[in-house]
Amino acid sequence: MAKGISKEQLLNWYHQMVLIREFEDRCDHLYFVDKKITGVYLHLYSGHEATGVGALATLGPQDHVITAYRDHGIAIARGVDPKPLMAEMMGKRTGVSGGKGGSMHLASREHNFWGGYAIVGGHLPLATGIALEAQYNETGAVVISFIGDGATNNGYFHEAVNMAGAWKLPVVWIIENNFVAMGTRVEDSTAQTELHKRAIAYGIKDMGRINGQDVIEVYETVKEAVEYARTNGSVLIESLTYRYKGHGVSDKTYSERFADELRDYQENRDPITLLANRLKKEYKNIEPELEKIRAEAVKIVDESVEFALNSPDPTYEDLIAHIYVEE
Amino acid sequence: MAVKNIPMREALRQALYEEMLRDERVFIMGQEVGEWQGTHRVTMGLLNEFGKKRVRDTPISEMAIAGAAVGAAMAGLRPVAELMTINFAFLSLDAIINHAAKIHYMFNGQFKVPVVFRAASGWGNQATATHSHTPEPIFAHFPGLYVGTPSTPADAKGMLKTAIRSDNPVLFTESIALYPKPGPVPDDVDLLVPIGKADIKREGKHVTIATYARGVEWSLAAAKELEKEGIECEVVDMRWLRPLDTATLFESFKKTNRCVVVEESLPMYSFGSEIAAQLQENMFDYMDAPIKRVHAMDVPLPFAREIELMALPNAQKVINAVKEII
Repeated sequence: MAKGISKEQLLNWYHQMVLIREFEDRCDHLYFVDKKITGVYLHLYSGHEATGVGALATLGPQDHVITAYRDHGIAIARGVDPKPLMAEMMGKRTGVSGGKGGSMHLASREHNFWGGYAIVGGHLPLATGIALEAQYNETGAVVISFIGDGATNNGYFHEAVNMAGAWKLPVVWIIENNFVAMGTRVEDSTAQTELHKRAIAYGIKDMGRINGQDVIEVYETVKEAVEYARTNGSVLIESLTYRYKGHGVSDKTYSERFADELRDYQENRDPITLLANRLKKEYKNIEPELEKIRAEAVKIVDESVEFALNSPDPTYEDLIAHIYVEE
Repeated sequence: MAVKNIPMREALRQALYEEMLRDERVFIMGQEVGEWQGTHRVTMGLLNEFGKKRVRDTPISEMAIAGAAVGAAMAGLRPVAELMTINFAFLSLDAIINHAAKIHYMFNGQFKVPVVFRAASGWGNQATATHSHTPEPIFAHFPGLYVGTPSTPADAKGMLKTAIRSDNPVLFTESIALYPKPGPVPDDVDLLVPIGKADIKREGKHVTIATYARGVEWSLAAAKELEKEGIECEVVDMRWLRPLDTATLFESFKKTNRCVVVEESLPMYSFGSEIAAQLQENMFDYMDAPIKRVHAMDVPLPFAREIELMALPNAQKVINAVKEII
């Protein structure tokens, strides 16, 4: 087991990962079976848990997090209460974004979680700008910006990462490479499939590829990256992970198209199973504790669903509020 | 209070200088704003005054200039992002429309985006089809964004200062043709023009000319000529395309019962279309004649001077339009 990581911390990560998985499974059910989550967009984080949890474990509350539309797991890993998150899924007034953002636009200002963004790559220059504020005001804060593998082929990636590099801004860019952008494989999208190598082009620190299924490896690498970024500027990391569900709820053929690979990940490389096995190996008789954590996660998600179902819908006043800051 | 006659570019420069002195959070980012002193010399001397931290030359990255300005504004700074010319802002549209204009609403008021996007705008210098746009109405289409475009040096200074102090995102365009033109500007560090307030640049009782930016110049020239024939034009400078000061427009129309809309931009889905729609929906009972529109011809702008000028509005075209409805 990794040095300097306590049992308590590992169990905390296990709790977060299980909670994210349970939350996402429930969202899936609420969408397809219960029809309580509606709309056309719902992008689940299942399979990616170790990357989000391991990365965000390195940050302090003064640091910043921003991501794309696969944002539920990031919000939970950042410590946002699942109740207003679930309420947002259902478009309720009590949602983190008042029911006006939906699944793809979760944010929590008090957690320095700057949001999920739904235009591919659109949040990347925002990360650059948030890091500029940190540098400008010498706050010492670092920004972690998650990037889907698909977004690395978008002009925003080039412009935002280049600018952050030129200005030595404290951003840890983490590519979550799940090998498929919507439905197109990385090797069909770029001749340079080792996405971390883009760092070389921008003159920023290339921290290579990591096993994004292993929360400890993610934590250790990102920890080093965050410390580097705090004083030296941008870092790029490529975390290899795997998406368990389709791109979004509209993607109906994913599990058939990639059936063998998906089974391999779920059976042999699942991030939660991997961490559970390591815990069991390290600490005798830990299974009851893990069982308790799993039961707690189910309870937390149950409560979030209950909260969301019993919350009011937004009103006409909400519809017309916050178009502008009143001044 | 002292009043000085200065060109619009100097008035804008003063606005930037004074607001940067006033508020440490205000900074400028954009292409050639620093070492080059601004491609239109609006940021002249500011690098020397404030240093590289606050006058930031950027890469040629319109998406990131706009997007990073949005991020910095969300985080508490007050960026003035210069997009050099509005033509290049087409590359920034997503950051301006999907992010600057939406973030406050989409996250239920959790974040403010106090950013100003500045850009030079306008045609008529043989700049050709891709460099001659006046697309302010496109931006004014979207709730969440303010759009301002001044016609005089005093308005330029007051409007830009207001935009910088606003907690909302503002797209601010400056007519290239008006940059060198002088006008009286009060020497007042708190010269502010309220957002969404039109200004009557000339009073008259026979016809309302609703216009903005460079259109004001053509309209005032037309009004001067028409006065000789006894036609009194009221020139209403809207100044802000969003929010649109329909109250001032309607008051003027109630008096004149006629309206000509003058704009440098294109006719389809335009400022003119909007003004005409507002008047017929709200002022139908006061309407004595069709609304006439003077605008650029509905063509991409060519290089050759002769035909470029044919496509542009001018004072004579305004005179002709007024005479058609008087």
